[in-house]
Amino acid sequence: MRARTTAVLAVAALVAAAALALSGCSASPAGTSTPSAADSGPTTSGRLTVYAAASLQTAFDEIAAAFTAANPDVTIDPIDYDGSSTLVTQIEGGAEVDVFASADQANMQKLVDAKLATGETPVFATNTLVVVVGKGNPLHLSSLKDLADPSVQTVLCAAGVPCGTAAHRLLDLAGVTLTPVSEEQNVTAVLTKVESGEADAGIVYSTDAKDAADKVDSFVPPASEVDVGKVVNQYPITVLDGAKHRDVAQAFIDFVTGSQGQSILADLGFGTRSN
Amino acid sequence: MNSHRYRQGPPVWAAVPAVVALAFLVLPLLALAGRADWTTFWSDISSQESLQSLWLSIWTAALSTIVCAVLGLPLAVFIAGLGPRWAAVLRAVTTIPLLLPPMVGGVALLYLLGRNGWLGRSFEAWGWQIPFTSGAVVVAESFVALPFLVIAAESAIRALDRELLDAAATMGASSWQTFRSVTVPIAGPAIAAGLTLTFARAMGEFGATALFAGNAQGVTRTMPLAIYTAFNGAGTTQAAAIAMSLVLFVVALAVLVAARAWRVDSVH
Repeated sequence: MRARTTAVLAVAALVAAAALALSGCSASPAGTSTPSAADSGPTTSGRLTVYAAASLQTAFDEIAAAFTAANPDVTIDPIDYDGSSTLVTQIEGGAEVDVFASADQANMQKLVDAKLATGETPVFATNTLVVVVGKGNPLHLSSLKDLADPSVQTVLCAAGVPCGTAAHRLLDLAGVTLTPVSEEQNVTAVLTKVESGEADAGIVYSTDAKDAADKVDSFVPPASEVDVGKVVNQYPITVLDGAKHRDVAQAFIDFVTGSQGQSILADLGFGTRSN
Repeated sequence: MNSHRYRQGPPVWAAVPAVVALAFLVLPLLALAGRADWTTFWSDISSQESLQSLWLSIWTAALSTIVCAVLGLPLAVFIAGLGPRWAAVLRAVTTIPLLLPPMVGGVALLYLLGRNGWLGRSFEAWGWQIPFTSGAVVVAESFVALPFLVIAAESAIRALDRELLDAAATMGASSWQTFRSVTVPIAGPAIAAGLTLTFARAMGEFGATALFAGNAQGVTRTMPLAIYTAFNGAGTTQAAAIAMSLVLFVVALAVLVAARAWRVDSVH
């Protein structure tokens, strides 16, 4: 009898583990499905899949909410946020995506070169870098040179990830060489390591620092060291050639580059088309 | 009983699903090999980054295996000596990390041993730091690999003939002497096979390492992390990711051969 119970428990545990594994595999939840867009209005109904750079998370969640509020027949799947380079790899691997927003031109160019995005790639926002440190700046860091101190644990994005490419350019311009204790695949991971206190400092976008201002402090490297204005990330956005709902995708991009989208981005600290 | 089953051959109804299952396991690996760029293969795997990752993976996995042996074998012996109820409880406790996604293990380790973790805070005060070091890689790998060893070793030890152990005891052997002269020689091959699998599991560890140890070349970027980084377009090329994956495949083959050599079925 006891053996039976144990066996049943073991099977239950295995089933639970399998269920966990399976749910981890599906990228988007099987939530509400909207009726097909075939028979409705010209541009305002359908279902969109959006991939966006990790640094756009707060902005695009707000923009998506505003866009679907204005176009109630449109459903946007929960947006997939990750390092632009990771998202590009997934799109190259065949991910079905309508809209892609990159944190730099280099990663967008990979899709253009691969003939996966042959349409327009308008730049809708810009961003610059800051140094994030623990709340209260316990180590009194104030320059990039301070980060190079071996006792300071600095985390960067990996080279190739937009925030990493930009951080390395900034360090090069400042003539500072440092060995990061970890190189992350997206900017959120850098921020998390500083927020949790595991790392002392990280180089992230000014918008990330602003967004997390209740958990971290930040500073702009002094002008005497480097002009942060020389390293500006341009964020391009595009409708992918494989998009299922090209018209809705274009409407979303028009919304991002339009006044409402731009004002959301500006409020969060992004450089926008007007400034 | 076993030989009877073999004489009948495998049941017909299983043939088709079995072939599908085999294809499901083998085809992706063939596809991976098919994608390899053989013109750059050697330069990809002999680049400094690849070699550093490979070496780091090998020595951290070896050290983790030793840690698992030192901690896991006594635990296995202990569980095997318990009555069924307590053995079941401890076996369940050992199995839970095995069922959890390793990422969860990484987060949990961070909250225990990270700078602001329960224990990590004290370590930090003594000037010790675990995250972002190769030591963190060993900790993460040991955490995910230990259950493999305990479960393999415990079932081998439990399968030992009770009478042999009793005989050793009646002849005046201490429990340590019994362990050395009876348990190890008889359960040895199964334990060695378990250790080999433990090594393989440690070598393949990704999730807990990424979250707990970080991803820095030469320090914490083991092969799986190097493959992940390269495949995602950061660091080296995707060709390098494929080449390193094939190297791990060869390592896995070697582990399998080694584990089989240990097993030999001489136990029974």
